[in-house]
Amino acid sequence: MKRLITAAALATGLATPALADWQATLDAARGQTVYWNAWGGDARTNDFIAWASAQLEADYGVRIEQVKLTDTAEAVSRVISEKAAGQDTGGSVDMIWINGPNFLAMKDQGLLHGPFVADLPNAKYLDLSPTSPNSVDFTTPVDGLESPWRLAKFVFTYDSARVAAPPASMAEFATWAAANPGRVTHPNPSDFMGATFLKQALIELAPDAAALQSPVTDAAFETATAPLWAWYDSLRPNLWRGGAAFPENQSVQDQLLNDGEIDISLSFDPASAAAGIAQGLLPETTRVFVPKGGSLGNVSFVAIPYNAAHIDGAKVVANFLLDPATQAHMQNIEVLGSYSVLDPAKLDDAAKAAFAALPSAPALPKLEDLGATLAEPHASWMTRLAEEWAKRYTK
Amino acid sequence: MRAAVLVIAALALFAPIAAGLWHSAGAALGHLPALGSVGPSLAPLQDLVTQPGFATALRLTLGTGFTATLLSLALAIALAAAITNGPARIISRVLAPFLAMPHAAMAVGLAFVLAPSGWIARALAPVFGWARPPDLASVNDAFGAALILGLVIKETPFLLLVILAALTQIPLRAHIHTAQSLGYGIGAIWAKVIVPQLWPLIRLPVYVVLIYNLSVIDMALILGPSNPPTAAVFIARMFSSPDLAQIMPASAGAILLGLLAVASIAALWGGARAIARFGPIWVRRGGRGAPLNTLFFGTAMLGGALLLLGAAAMVSLALWSLAWRWPWPMLLPESLSFAAWARALGDFGPELAMTALIALASTAISLVLAVAWLETQTPSRREALIYLPLLIPQISFLFGMNMMLLQFGAQGNIGAVIWAHLLFVFPYMMIALTGPWRGLDPRYAHAAASLGAGRLRQLWAVKLPLLLTPICAAMAIGVAVSVAQYLPTLFLGAGRIGTLTTEAVTLASSSDRRITGVVTSLQTTLPFAAYLLAFVIPKLAHKNRSALQGAAA
Amino acid sequence: MSLILQDICITPKGGAPLFAPLSLTIAAGQIGAVMGPSGVGKSTLLAAIAGHLPQGFALTGEITLNGARMNSTAPQLRRIGLMFQDALLFPHLSLADNLAFGLPAQIKGKAARKAAVEQALAAAGLAGMGARDPATLSGGERARAALMRSLLAQPQAILLDEPFSKLDTALRAGIRAFAFDHIRARAIPALIVTHDASDAAAAGGPVLNLGGQAG
Repeated sequence: MKRLITAAALATGLATPALADWQATLDAARGQTVYWNAWGGDARTNDFIAWASAQLEADYGVRIEQVKLTDTAEAVSRVISEKAAGQDTGGSVDMIWINGPNFLAMKDQGLLHGPFVADLPNAKYLDLSPTSPNSVDFTTPVDGLESPWRLAKFVFTYDSARVAAPPASMAEFATWAAANPGRVTHPNPSDFMGATFLKQALIELAPDAAALQSPVTDAAFETATAPLWAWYDSLRPNLWRGGAAFPENQSVQDQLLNDGEIDISLSFDPASAAAGIAQGLLPETTRVFVPKGGSLGNVSFVAIPYNAAHIDGAKVVANFLLDPATQAHMQNIEVLGSYSVLDPAKLDDAAKAAFAALPSAPALPKLEDLGATLAEPHASWMTRLAEEWAKRYTK
Repeated sequence: MRAAVLVIAALALFAPIAAGLWHSAGAALGHLPALGSVGPSLAPLQDLVTQPGFATALRLTLGTGFTATLLSLALAIALAAAITNGPARIISRVLAPFLAMPHAAMAVGLAFVLAPSGWIARALAPVFGWARPPDLASVNDAFGAALILGLVIKETPFLLLVILAALTQIPLRAHIHTAQSLGYGIGAIWAKVIVPQLWPLIRLPVYVVLIYNLSVIDMALILGPSNPPTAAVFIARMFSSPDLAQIMPASAGAILLGLLAVASIAALWGGARAIARFGPIWVRRGGRGAPLNTLFFGTAMLGGALLLLGAAAMVSLALWSLAWRWPWPMLLPESLSFAAWARALGDFGPELAMTALIALASTAISLVLAVAWLETQTPSRREALIYLPLLIPQISFLFGMNMMLLQFGAQGNIGAVIWAHLLFVFPYMMIALTGPWRGLDPRYAHAAASLGAGRLRQLWAVKLPLLLTPICAAMAIGVAVSVAQYLPTLFLGAGRIGTLTTEAVTLASSSDRRITGVVTSLQTTLPFAAYLLAFVIPKLAHKNRSALQGAAA
Repeated sequence: MSLILQDICITPKGGAPLFAPLSLTIAAGQIGAVMGPSGVGKSTLLAAIAGHLPQGFALTGEITLNGARMNSTAPQLRRIGLMFQDALLFPHLSLADNLAFGLPAQIKGKAARKAAVEQALAAAGLAGMGARDPATLSGGERARAALMRSLLAQPQAILLDEPFSKLDTALRAGIRAFAFDHIRARAIPALIVTHDASDAAAAGGPVLNLGGQAG
């Protein structure tokens, strides 16, 4: 209901009371330090956050202190511990880089502040229609409890010096691996990227992809995944190390690609190949491909825990992240290369020009090469998929 | 005085562990009101044991833990025999970098040396004509061999240090000479005469190593099997699952791992008792044991080879920190760059300062506490409680301890982190100090007393200077232990206290060996400097005192 | 059967020799003595003969036992027994097991070995005490046990490093007589270093005085 009101208000361009209160938020935020709990494994993202902190301090007197996580769930369990201990204000986590299952968990447990997205002035650049990826996170309604900041789209990366023609679809992965045994793998499905690999295959192979949008049931799971397991059983013997060991996460798999142990890796960031080359972490000949039917896509959000100590500061940060200038800076391949979450149709001409002027790189795919964006299945499928995979292949 | 020290130690060291275990046990029995779950129930345990691969994970944990511990012990004993026998003395001089290098860093370096695309394979590639890295599981193998190797390379130097210190408490040379005059060779003498006397002195550190090996996470992630991983990694994965309900089976796993640790110590204790009971039957036969010589020599050679492998891992990381690209199959980096160092030195200044501050504070407090303990307490069974934090897997009590601290609102500040480090720094320093302290000839203090010196003056003017070498060694160990702490820093710092180790582990998840190389070099520098000072200070202070020059270091 | 020391000289690295070159011949059943004040290098001399010359010392001259040159033989192969002023019974073994430790492996069979040990215990006046912890023995008992352990190994010669100096005077003569009688009974050469003239007199063999630094 709230979402509808917000969407309607934005659509008609009415000044809501929340927008009028923005100055009060800015005043309250001045001098605050926002503890942003964000995965810290990517040096470029860490640099970007440091840059954002410097900008914010100059413009609004708000600093960001990045709490570098190895796993987003660390921040979630920290909030839970605080709730368990009865610490309902002044919590240690001000903002979390979040989406998917972690968001669902926090939303279900009532651990989030908000809705607040509608309060952000820069939300006017977002497509917040009910079916937009900004409004639905892994089929869970966002309800204004988390604000988008960067776009994620599933792509494969490969070394073009070693692979002439990468597989064109998930089904073709099996035949490709049979011809090139030991040259491809995927992260352990207990890791987000590993599960995404299976989900991409599930969407392509399932008899009825639409069924994946509803919460999983035993019967639906049985029907939808039967072709997936048949496909996987033919693929697995030809995986790296005979399908008996899997990289812990995407970065480890990227390292295997760089070391020449495998030929194909994967990413949720279309610019990661170009970024990896620029950092010397991937071979110069690394390129990106997407299965011809399109690939999974979702949005990375920031959320504010219900007991955050610096709620106003966190809102100022969330708003700053949606500023067209910030988004253009972020999309710059020399900075982060992360695609913007803003709706190009809602940008003014200056902002459009800023995006158009961004530099390019050979390994950076054009937007049109990325193909269609497939909707994420309901979050319950991912959990179930990872469990079933473990049951079948962990002995 | 005596009672005051006891109470402080109990409140500071014992209470938090007990409370942590209590909370963990509650969650293990399904009692977690924050998630709306009220116990007790056995569902979490049931949930845990029906997880696919959990039985294999437990088997892996026991297999790797015991193999690594016993192998490290055997290698350390053989190396100690070789060192005290003369020719291998040099080894005792190169232990410091091995002790100073954190486990995770050693694992990253070792993974590069051993991997199918790594240094060894690159050296062999021209011989076997490998155009691409062979598809072999030379790391992350299903049996955990690479993990065992990594643990052995890290633990052997530690046990060796402990053994060399303990040897100063037995009349080693006289016993060797006596046994030799009775016709025994070095191998037989160590097996039949030295080791039985050594065991009671090194038993505790061996237990500590066993528990560490059974519960290690960072090294197991990097070198161990992945599907399923060892039990500790299995449980850590559940703790970090987005599905919050997993905290309960994860807690059940944490408690189970704790019980497994207790049972493992009991097994090792029982094994040693059995050997003490039946060993004399073997000794009574009077075999002079020529084959034992060969066995000892071979084991010492193996130990030396593994140390070389560890040295290669360190060198490879140092090279990576200077590399820009280093692709297969090149033996040396293709292009060099100072980018990683420039970045790190610009970025990690605050972390370096924080690491040093926490290490120095926790070491200084631990030293005061240790001296107070040793001066006021007589040896007793109660003393085992000091070592509790080292004899229980960290994962078994840290989650619960975290919840308890939150109730006091004492989380996320530097004091809490220093205190958490204290839990681990203090017992390690006690391990290093207890032997020399209690082994000091009491007549020195008596002589001082008869000259009119009070307790404080006896301590200050006689005992501390006489024990300067072991005190410096203990402080170096304290700094190294503090610098290496990951989980306690993360939990009690609420992620806000950034040290080199929290940075290193975060960066290790990004697998950029170049940055990892830089951070681990920095991370190794602090403890290494401490070990260096521990070596130099007593030498300078006792420059013209030859009786104090040869003491344990 | 004899122990012959020919022009023995021990020199610390970069220093002067500890004593002037010494020569001494001890026949089987004889007990020779080396006298001298503390710190003159008596113990170092015994260590050199037994094969334990400390690092940083050099040995010149010839050590011959029963016609074989010993200079570079490994200590455990020299078959030269060694007794210290501390009896050095191994604290983790019972008294009987300490003696069994000395008994050669060639004597096989549990019963035979046990009998040999019992016999040695009885000879040392320790009959029935085999199960005792060595730490509970008196100084005299320890000294006798250590000697029996050395003799059970059937040495070709035996060296005694001030073995009686820690015993009180009342015990001393008795233990000394016990030790010397047993050594003489084995008909092997023995060498005792001591700073007590009564030890040398009781030994009754050749006596050598180490006065101090050689010129």
